[in-house]
Amino acid sequence: MSLDPREELARRLGLAAAPQPRFDSPAQITELLAAHDYLSSADSAAVTFLADRLAKPLLIEGPAGTGKTALAKAVAEATGARLIRLQCYEGLDEAKALYEWNYRKQLLRIQASGGDNGASWHELESDIFAEEFLLTRPLLEAIRSREPVVLLIDEIDRVELETEALLLEILSEYQVSIPELGTVKATQIPMVFLTSNNTRELSEALKRRCLYLFLDYPDVQRERDIIVSRVPGISAVLAEHVARVVASLRQMDLKKAPSVSETLDWARTLVLLGRSELDDDFVRDSLHLLLKYQGDLEKARRELDRSNGA
Amino acid sequence: MLDLLSGFVTELRTAGLPVSVGEHVDAARAVGTIDLSDRELLRASLAASLVKRADYQETFERTFALYFGDRHLNEATIAALVADNPELATTPTDNTPARPTPSGSEVAEQLLEALLADNKRSLAEMAALAVDRYAGIEAGRPVGASYYLYRTMRQLNLEQIEETLAERSFDPSVPFGERLAKESAAAKIDDFKQMLEEDIIERLVDDRGVEAMAEATRKRLLEDIDVMQANRDELVALEKALVPLGRKLAARLAQKRRRRRRGVVDIRRTIRESLSTGGVPLDIRFRPPHPSKPEIVVLADMSGSVASFARFTLLLVHALSGEFSKVRSFVFVDGVDEVTALFEECTDPAEAADRIAAEANMVADDGHSNYGQVFSSFVAAHLSSLNPRSTVLILGDARSNYHPARVDALAAIRRRVKKMYWLNPEPQSYWFSGDSVLGEYAPYCEEVVECRTLRQLEAFVMGLP
Repeated sequence: MSLDPREELARRLGLAAAPQPRFDSPAQITELLAAHDYLSSADSAAVTFLADRLAKPLLIEGPAGTGKTALAKAVAEATGARLIRLQCYEGLDEAKALYEWNYRKQLLRIQASGGDNGASWHELESDIFAEEFLLTRPLLEAIRSREPVVLLIDEIDRVELETEALLLEILSEYQVSIPELGTVKATQIPMVFLTSNNTRELSEALKRRCLYLFLDYPDVQRERDIIVSRVPGISAVLAEHVARVVASLRQMDLKKAPSVSETLDWARTLVLLGRSELDDDFVRDSLHLLLKYQGDLEKARRELDRSNGA
Repeated sequence: MLDLLSGFVTELRTAGLPVSVGEHVDAARAVGTIDLSDRELLRASLAASLVKRADYQETFERTFALYFGDRHLNEATIAALVADNPELATTPTDNTPARPTPSGSEVAEQLLEALLADNKRSLAEMAALAVDRYAGIEAGRPVGASYYLYRTMRQLNLEQIEETLAERSFDPSVPFGERLAKESAAAKIDDFKQMLEEDIIERLVDDRGVEAMAEATRKRLLEDIDVMQANRDELVALEKALVPLGRKLAARLAQKRRRRRRGVVDIRRTIRESLSTGGVPLDIRFRPPHPSKPEIVVLADMSGSVASFARFTLLLVHALSGEFSKVRSFVFVDGVDEVTALFEECTDPAEAADRIAAEANMVADDGHSNYGQVFSSFVAAHLSSLNPRSTVLILGDARSNYHPARVDALAAIRRRVKKMYWLNPEPQSYWFSGDSVLGEYAPYCEEVVECRTLRQLEAFVMGLP
């Protein structure tokens, strides 16, 4: 317990010294991220801080459009690290995620050697399984990079349960085993973010290796601040009204609640139209910017009218 | 601190959360790196390292309030402060009671102001004051926190305060101001209730010890609640959980079907790919498969004893209707009626389920379950709606009030369909006792499944071919 997790990991990876923590305190993260246009909640700053200190990957779950990916991007920008992104999809395999042997080049090499005598075969074999013929994919890339890296594994819930296992070694040990080459260990400890829209349950094995952050829709004050910082020319009062209407919509039982990016679109529209305030009719008429299903639109209009005593 | 943490982790495990040893170690390490005087930071850190599912959040919060109450932490911080600066110890802390105790209406007024200003600190003070005055906590009396909470809330007249709060914060310039004001008032009052509850729980923890309180306030996880024995709040929560569960299951079913079988070899694409490897077909390409979706026929017992379970299963099956080529639903008590049209009419399955009781014609005689009669009238009226692609789900406890079982009717149904499953909401140990005729029906079913909780229901649906 006395051993700092960063030191322990550095020793396992054979690094000369434990890398410096990136942040001093959660408050510093909030500040840094704010300077890069990302307004973090207290929870997300705290958990990012921990992820760095404990050198553990961070799994972020939550509804679409709440800033999961943006958090990883902002951290990369704020720390001046390179962002390596692995977009997950159904059917993703190790050839696309980890590494692949460049078999075209290997075939060429075999053909170029021309000779078919047995003596040179071993030579050739060790030759064609050299790093030269290795195509690195995002995960291996993140491990081998010499400069600081933020690795973003986006929408992990889209891959099949079995494919998750590909990630386990890299998530817990920061290394990749390649049968023909041996083990490639990280030369620095990358910050790893995984995002999930929660369309399926992730495996226990994966969750155990990560810290967990549930990123929900922001509360009214934070959403107002987000609007003010991202939409130039909007007044604080209007931003507050926008945030409150959106928060109220999210309480309804809708198929798809408005995301933060949709709120921002709506706020930008208001500014473009030169509105300095909102009224009932305008809200009713522009709801389609926030809600994308006909059923939701009708329901929201009905609810707004009914509860307003109209 | 580490002992406290171990107790906390043990309690989380007892409440049903899976916490591994590794996660416990992570939590201990996290605690070692953060500033312990910041309770919010501690909460976030423990949540991040111990609780990895949004559904578990509520259990976590409740347990956290028990083990790391505000006051306990504050005392620890004060002790640490005093150790660093001995002069603080001499400052008497009980100067404040000089203030006259406010009357009931003054309390209400102060609370309103604090709520309007949304001042967390004065709200916490108000909560402590209210509990002092109204809860009347008696040491050693074995009643739950909710009892004291209710008492405090009633004397404070929180409903009145919520109304006044909504009126006062109403701003006509805000669009839909009335609705927004009401909503924000309700949210603030909810937060305040939570503060009251936490304060009460802290005091009770002081009185009875944390383990005893943990046991008294422990709740079952939503997915482990027995549907037949759920109280009203739990039923509402369960129904809410069905929508995301349905979505999740639909995604998984679709994925499972897509992957299960590869289509036929796509010669064109295989040859084209092989060109880059000198004509050697290294990668064989397949056409995407045509998934065959099963047809589902649900036969649900809607008699009082199992109605709530039938309702959940119907809702879930209809939430998944996109994953089946067809879903037909029948409900019965001692007569049987089709309700498929009801679900097609209503966009919201819950609305359809509400209408079943009023509109479906499922009682033929006396309104007591009669499985034999139901199956034979189903055979007479609806047998043609079954075909060899159908999968039949029968929901019920097979308690037929000693009427004849009419196994021949069930056998006739079985012969026409591909598969038949029986979902029974009763615990397995009761199955073959009393007036249950399950023993006679079971041989005709692929499987009889105990289905008392969401978890079991989910597992069953995922196992469907």
